[in-house]
Amino acid sequence: MEARILDELRTIVGDHGLISSPEELHTYECDGLTNFRVMPRAVLLPNSTEQVQAIVRVCHRERMPFVARGSGTGLSGGALPVENGIVISLARMNRILEVDFPNARVVVEPGVINLDVTGRVSPQDYFYAPDPSSQSICSIGGNVAENSGGAHCLKYGFTTTHVLGLEVVLPDASLVHFGGKTLDAPGYDLAGVFVGSEGTLGIATKVILRIVKRPECVRTLLAAFPSTNEAGAAVSGIIAAGMLPAAIEMMDNLSIQAAEAAVHANYPNCGALLLVELDGPVAEVEALMANVKEICRSNDASEIRVAQSDAERALVWKGRKAAFAAMGRISPNYIVQDGVIPRTALPRVLSEIERLSKEAGVRVANVFHAGDGNLHPLVLYDRRISGQEEAAEALSSKILELCIAAGGSITGEHGVGEDKKKAMAKMFAEPDLATMQRVRCAFDPLQLSNPTKIFPTPRLCGEKPGEYAPHAIESAGIAERY
Amino acid sequence: MDTATKPEASGLHSALRYKFIAIVGNENLRAGAPADAVGGAQPKLVIDPGTESELAEVLRLSNDAGLAVIPRGGGTKLGWGNPPARADLILSTARLNEIIEHAWADLTVTVETGCTIQKLQETLAQHGQRLALDPLWPEKATIGGVLSTNDSGALRLRFGALRDLIIGVTIALPDGTLASSGGKVVKNVAGYDLPKLVTGALGTLGVITRAVFRLHPLPRSKRACSITAANAEEAQRIVLAIQDSKLAHTFLQSHFSDDATPTSDILFEGTEAGLTAQEAQLRKLCGAARVSEASTATWAAREELWSFSEPSTTAIAKISILPGDLARTIGGVERTAKLHQLRWRALAYATGIVWVRLEGRPGGLRGALQLLRVELENQGGSLAALHRPEKMAEFDAWGSAGDALGVMKAVKNQLDAKGTLNPGRFVGAI
Repeated sequence: MEARILDELRTIVGDHGLISSPEELHTYECDGLTNFRVMPRAVLLPNSTEQVQAIVRVCHRERMPFVARGSGTGLSGGALPVENGIVISLARMNRILEVDFPNARVVVEPGVINLDVTGRVSPQDYFYAPDPSSQSICSIGGNVAENSGGAHCLKYGFTTTHVLGLEVVLPDASLVHFGGKTLDAPGYDLAGVFVGSEGTLGIATKVILRIVKRPECVRTLLAAFPSTNEAGAAVSGIIAAGMLPAAIEMMDNLSIQAAEAAVHANYPNCGALLLVELDGPVAEVEALMANVKEICRSNDASEIRVAQSDAERALVWKGRKAAFAAMGRISPNYIVQDGVIPRTALPRVLSEIERLSKEAGVRVANVFHAGDGNLHPLVLYDRRISGQEEAAEALSSKILELCIAAGGSITGEHGVGEDKKKAMAKMFAEPDLATMQRVRCAFDPLQLSNPTKIFPTPRLCGEKPGEYAPHAIESAGIAERY
Repeated sequence: MDTATKPEASGLHSALRYKFIAIVGNENLRAGAPADAVGGAQPKLVIDPGTESELAEVLRLSNDAGLAVIPRGGGTKLGWGNPPARADLILSTARLNEIIEHAWADLTVTVETGCTIQKLQETLAQHGQRLALDPLWPEKATIGGVLSTNDSGALRLRFGALRDLIIGVTIALPDGTLASSGGKVVKNVAGYDLPKLVTGALGTLGVITRAVFRLHPLPRSKRACSITAANAEEAQRIVLAIQDSKLAHTFLQSHFSDDATPTSDILFEGTEAGLTAQEAQLRKLCGAARVSEASTATWAAREELWSFSEPSTTAIAKISILPGDLARTIGGVERTAKLHQLRWRALAYATGIVWVRLEGRPGGLRGALQLLRVELENQGGSLAALHRPEKMAEFDAWGSAGDALGVMKAVKNQLDAKGTLNPGRFVGAI
């Protein structure tokens, strides 16, 4: 980078807000997805909206791309730096600005840690509902970019459900406000479009969140099944009975073993484990829990436990939330996949994954948000064995193709980022992607904000997209548009 | 040959008219009638395409020819928004009314947007499910119209608005593109969330042809109670206390008017055991305020607010406030109504959405709406005037979109550069 630009940036954030030495820049060359690495030209650590604006103003003038970064826990490479670009870390903008209990609203800066919002409001018995597994370190700004989910989205929704308004620095450095503390602000729902846009539409500098009153009680049931088929049938039974649990999680035998080895959650050793959480008024929850137990029993559950205390409940969840990291106990390397399928396709997709896994000689452990169909197959391999990494990557891609073929999605909560750009073209037809890119052009005509992410084929703004033509598989009658 | 098939009767270039007929067939195109007028403008043609691609093709030809297109579903909320700057053609979704797939075991449905809410709900109920939304006039209102106007009722408190229920969408853009976004699964973060972009966009970005929704089970049992309060302050205290409690109610709405004491209705859904326990808790919480069983009339409260006999002396506004500003807002409505000599009543949801009906002289109505909007916008809220007397002097239906208007216009320009769809009807003359 030219020295004059670096100096200009330094005057905005001060010496302590600028990282430009190669040793220190290494920390920022990737996010939670470590197989892609790009060295940024510099990392800026602003501590105010004005500083973010000033930095973006320089980027806009110099046509220099930038990537916003929260805690860097993302799993799709969304915060991966781009060539010749800078990284803007929002970590220092970590103040909770306002807490309003009567209206159940909280206003935060983007660097605030997800769990700290709940920490701040829990004395009054409120919580912030989205709970990604990384919630103790991931930031609200990152959650906004990725539209993060978690185990409890089945009942409580996603980040987008809980973001009411945003202050955003657009890629031309202007400051705008989307949504607000009140609902249905006049105009387009740009907050709805911004959440989940993976940093490609600008940088959020303030976020208005909705908080939720804690339910009267929470009960967590653990049931052991001979295989994922019976566990899956129990999930269908629960849904068919008209219940909407706060969470339904499934783990297969390999995941159970890993979780046991890592955190000793005292899980039964079985073919598949189901974790069902109900919350709400005591009388309601007890009545429904009796129902859930019956359904599990009639689907051959060998063991059913209901966590009786908060401590027991925490232990049950600890095993589930540690499942990814626990894979390190049974495999030196692994890929975390994040596909979604209609829940009813589960038996078919799981047996197909099993077949592919045997064929490739690569083990797959399955952890599953069973209520909403979000599948997290963990593809296990050993990098030291030649050819295994490639085999694992190939298997991982095939699993995504299974999800698309089942009418699902390539990502339920981790985002597209750098990782799944190519798969986007398999999930969406060209006119779909072109339309999304037109929206991008409305926000960022020069394509400075996290360019090169999400879309398989970048399109310059102003370039007219082609007319609609049916996708090949559509013409052949194999697929139809939804 | 009736007038509908005579090119000159429509005032449109005959070649274009024949192109339309070639796409949709003679029987699905007719001349506009007085009943088709929108905001005083009578479109020349009404076209009823039978498929998504027919609709997209008609839209593309209209766009190329510089015609202004008004998309229409059941026509129940066609008066919402500003009068169109131009209106040449009504593009009706009436024939796009198929329920494509109710994947009941996955709790999702894919539906064409000309389908009425009632038809959809009846189909879903066969598997004990529902779209957890209570929009106005379900027997006539279509999925597309409800989406475009972002209409929601009391159930929003528990289940969210359309933005929280829609998971996938297909839209026809003025250049003829048919684009899909989202998908058929509830959890999905692949690509931009265009379902949210077109929800509440009043048909100004594209015509929604297909939508996918997440569904909820129908409740096993329900119980509703009414709570009478002495005044608006007490009503607000009760509402906020309920919201801050551990009750798991499905809705909570309050009625205010110039001739009755405030009452609030609360609905519980669940098992009988759960309902009994919650009702007992509610009675404890309300203290001295009288709690009684609610009459079924409360379900229709919003439609009742909308059923007025004198459109020329009535205004209806959708107000958005913070729940904690309820009493202050009702006080403001009361004062303003008095000042302009108007009758008034209001239906307030615990979400902060308040529907207000004002009755009196058009001049007074305009003055009151103006005054209320200024006050509300100063508090960070908004006021949308969704029914105004025809004789009332010009008054923007929406109010300020703030500093986001520039991006909104840029989005409009990207998707509908010629201003073909509903020109001038939305915020900032979009």
